Amino acid sequence: MDLKEKLVSSFLVFENGVDVDNPVHDIRTEAIKNFEAKGFPTKKEEAWKYTSLNTLQKIDYSIFPKKENMLEYRDVKKYFIHEIDTFKIVFVDGVYSSFLSETTHDGVDVCLMSSALNKPMYKQIIDVYFNKIASKDDSLTTLNTAFSREGAYIYIPKNKIPKKPIEIVHFSTGNEAALLLQPRNLIIAEENAEMQIIERHQSLTANEVLTNSVTEIYAAKNSNVDYYKVQNDLTTASLIDNTYIDQKDGSVVKVHTFSFGGKLTRNNLNFYQNGERIDSTMKGVTIIEEKQHIDHHTLVHHIQPNCESHQDYKGIYGENSTGVFNGKIIVDKIAQKTNAFQQNNNILMSDKATINTKPQLEIFADDVKCSHGCTIGQLDEEALFYLQSRGIPKKEARALLMYAFANNVLESVRIPELKVRINKLIANKLGVRLGFDL
Amino acid sequence: MLKINNLHARVEDKEILRGINLTVNAGEVHAIMGPNGSGKSTLAAVIAGKEEFEITEGEVYLEGENLDETSPEDRAHKGIFLSFQYPVEIPGVSVTNFMKTAINESRKAKGLDDMPAKDMLKLIREKSEMLEIDRKFLSRSLNEGFSGGEKKRNEIFQMAMLEPKLAILDETDSGLDIDALRIVANGVNKLKSKDNAVIVITHYQRLLEYIVPDFVHVLHNGKIVKSGTKDLALELEEKGYDWLKQETVV
Repeated sequence: MDLKEKLVSSFLVFENGVDVDNPVHDIRTEAIKNFEAKGFPTKKEEAWKYTSLNTLQKIDYSIFPKKENMLEYRDVKKYFIHEIDTFKIVFVDGVYSSFLSETTHDGVDVCLMSSALNKPMYKQIIDVYFNKIASKDDSLTTLNTAFSREGAYIYIPKNKIPKKPIEIVHFSTGNEAALLLQPRNLIIAEENAEMQIIERHQSLTANEVLTNSVTEIYAAKNSNVDYYKVQNDLTTASLIDNTYIDQKDGSVVKVHTFSFGGKLTRNNLNFYQNGERIDSTMKGVTIIEEKQHIDHHTLVHHIQPNCESHQDYKGIYGENSTGVFNGKIIVDKIAQKTNAFQQNNNILMSDKATINTKPQLEIFADDVKCSHGCTIGQLDEEALFYLQSRGIPKKEARALLMYAFANNVLESVRIPELKVRINKLIANKLGVRLGFDL
Repeated sequence: MLKINNLHARVEDKEILRGINLTVNAGEVHAIMGPNGSGKSTLAAVIAGKEEFEITEGEVYLEGENLDETSPEDRAHKGIFLSFQYPVEIPGVSVTNFMKTAINESRKAKGLDDMPAKDMLKLIREKSEMLEIDRKFLSRSLNEGFSGGEKKRNEIFQMAMLEPKLAILDETDSGLDIDALRIVANGVNKLKSKDNAVIVITHYQRLLEYIVPDFVHVLHNGKIVKSGTKDLALELEEKGYDWLKQETVV
């Protein structure tokens, strides 16, 4: 049985464990139909030309998480930004771990999707927001929607700011030979609300894991959301991240994606600007090697006038690794005075590494500023000579320059401890002997 | 200290240095002047070991050792320092961290352990005070967003930190206002001793009022066409370079 068939037939089993009278289940039923009709994307589709899911589909995944697997905090502490106090929503093999988590209902809701979907007090919000901005026909998104039951639920009311950043962490323990996870997150910032979120998926053994995640983010008027995705997983862990962001007037949403490891990682990051004076920022640092594959697909849909979008993705590809950057910008006819910037710079460290980079601009308005640039190159020789002339050996000088190249993207990270952590990850990945504390 | 013998160098097919002879002894300051395109910066880069230039003839010796096939970093470890005309920006690496890295790499090459943090801080404080560099400046990313003057002052700060035997200042005066020029020149003068040497490359006589050379050489068309004392610099200031160009035709 192939994976698609297995998933479709599993839906009946899944229904035994959820409230089928809940209106949410109508959405799930619709979604599984759509997934059944479309199946997994193939390389024939333009958006999947350079990323194949074939090998991943050959793995026999466990689809339903077993009971909670205990992890000791001290064993997984290093995967948290433990230098600071944070709210934590933690899952172990797809099951919520109350032991590792720290949720809150004190003025803001930082809790579980399962509660939000099932408890009457959240019904109104679920009716308004659940599966509204997520695609109804993207096959991987519909697959997630069909099986949506658990994940993070974050609701920040008007004018509120949570006391501390929020970490969403998914561990897989290797209890199953292979595991499929489908977390579903719903994040809502009401007017003037602010929040900072760090998301991480971490496999703890070399058993195969495939995560197909969907996150919906709603940023109301003048709200401010910082979202950091830390992708530094083992080479047996794959991630398909589908993130949909709905922005209203004057909101600012920044998504940083730090991709330092994983077997196959596909980031579908979609921004919809449903208002004016919106700022959407996407930044990414990718440093991979071996046979790892990363695919960044971004979409910014400028629907209203006077908005901005900024994209800055840096990639360093070593050994046999492969990368894709596809940045799509749509500017509707009425979206005049749009400012859209896109930049993708790459360094290939080996003859066998490849990157496919493509800007895709569809502009229907005539009074806009749109710029894009992509480079694939080597290091600046003059800069290399400068460092060498100060006594820094060529190998270290190269590493230091790559560090500087990647590091540039981190300026906008607003959690200092996270910034230091990412700095160190970059330095480690590049073999920079920093010889100093950051 | 430095001995250059009939040095010829080219980049791609273009011959830039066409037989340079120069001897610099410890304790001396030499100025190299000359019109644009005469090969001044190339000479500096070749001494520092830039690989882009191919040496087709001649040799460069430092303290009797032929530097042929010596990498730029090894030359730095042996005591050569080049102050760049256009210092490169390195985002994400602070001035302090860059200097720590450079100093510790040099120490490593000499088989020494990293400099203790306390000593490093003391050294940084001492040298930055000498060059009137603000502490905040040291935590900024190297050269990123620095003004022309800040970049040059930072170059001399690096020189002070690394204490080279032979310092080559490539147009360190360009982009400096008179106050910055005085600070930079004072720094260089304080670092001067009987054991080290300085080569100052400049267009103008102005810097040489502050860093007084023992010898002045005029470079033209890849050759030293005239050498003299500091009076030669004054003569050049007055008469320009044209009279020298004509002399060489004869």
